Amino acid sequence: MTPRQRVFAVIVAVSLMVLIIDLVRRRKLKEELSILWLLTGFGVVVLSASYRLQLWLTHLIGAASSSTTVFGFAFLFLILISLHYSVRLSVMADQIKTLSQELALMKAKHGEDGHSEG
Amino acid sequence: MSVLAIVPAYNEASRVEGVVLRARKHVEEVAVIDDGSTDETASMARKAGATVLRLPINLGYGAALQTGYLYAAKEGFDALVQLDADGQHDPMEIPGLLEPVIEGECDLALGSRFLGGGTWRGAALRRVGMRFFSMLVKLLAGQVITDPTSGFQAMNRKVIERLAGGAYPEDFPDADVLVMLLRERFRVQEVGVVMRSSPTGKSMHSGIRPIYYVVKMLLSIFVVILRRSERRTR
Repeated sequence: MTPRQRVFAVIVAVSLMVLIIDLVRRRKLKEELSILWLLTGFGVVVLSASYRLQLWLTHLIGAASSSTTVFGFAFLFLILISLHYSVRLSVMADQIKTLSQELALMKAKHGEDGHSEG
Repeated sequence: MSVLAIVPAYNEASRVEGVVLRARKHVEEVAVIDDGSTDETASMARKAGATVLRLPINLGYGAALQTGYLYAAKEGFDALVQLDADGQHDPMEIPGLLEPVIEGECDLALGSRFLGGGTWRGAALRRVGMRFFSMLVKLLAGQVITDPTSGFQAMNRKVIERLAGGAYPEDFPDADVLVMLLRERFRVQEVGVVMRSSPTGKSMHSGIRPIYYVVKMLLSIFVVILRRSERRTR
């Protein structure tokens, strides 16, 4: 990985982390959902900054070059994050269903659905 | 001064009744926030005379507490005490915890297990973690808090309204809330209380995921520092 590539990767990762922290600060992003993003950004910074680590991982996975390793791991982290959000969305879909059902039952009980209780 | 006790509970059917009965001796009303329990927690709490706020889904300890704050704010209570449903916090300590709040000496009284004795014995790693966050609170807010993770607290209406509105950490409301309140110039005082080890060996505050807790807490405290101050002028 050339020094320019390393600097670019570090700048992108640090910028991403700053953006995420600002989103959390402005309450646009929940803290618990930001942790994976921050860990990913931190991982990219460490991997980009440490040439020895890059070489070791490149050799381990049989990649063509160390830049492939860095961006490959970043891509892998993104896949894992997407999977994590898919799981969270599935849980939230169930929660929305439960809330909607409870609301319907409450409205029926209090006669708020336009029909009085018998 | 009207006082509400709030007791967030998740699957504590075997213990909540005793906590409610003892707490009712010291406050006007006890509200149990049933955080989506799958057992008979709600009915047992109701049987003991508590007002039950039943969340249809499990939202977590912080959200359950905030539900209690919302109820207290809406119903116009002057003060609030919060305690756990597992018997770790002795309701007999409520008057001592409330006293500095009622007397106007502080806005929030925090029950400290390290100042009051009791049978609480946490794991070594947890004690180290508590010490670490205690030092962090001192560094960031300038006040020594011996038990920053204590969920046994009493507060006046100003604190109730502050915590009921706006952002509130939903999973681990501990040191980050203390740092936030201290930096907004609320007066926080510690009161020694007897605290027992949780009968089940678990606690809402203790982590089965200690690493996640530390990371999340550090991030939350960092964000509290960064946020534009909503300081009150006193």
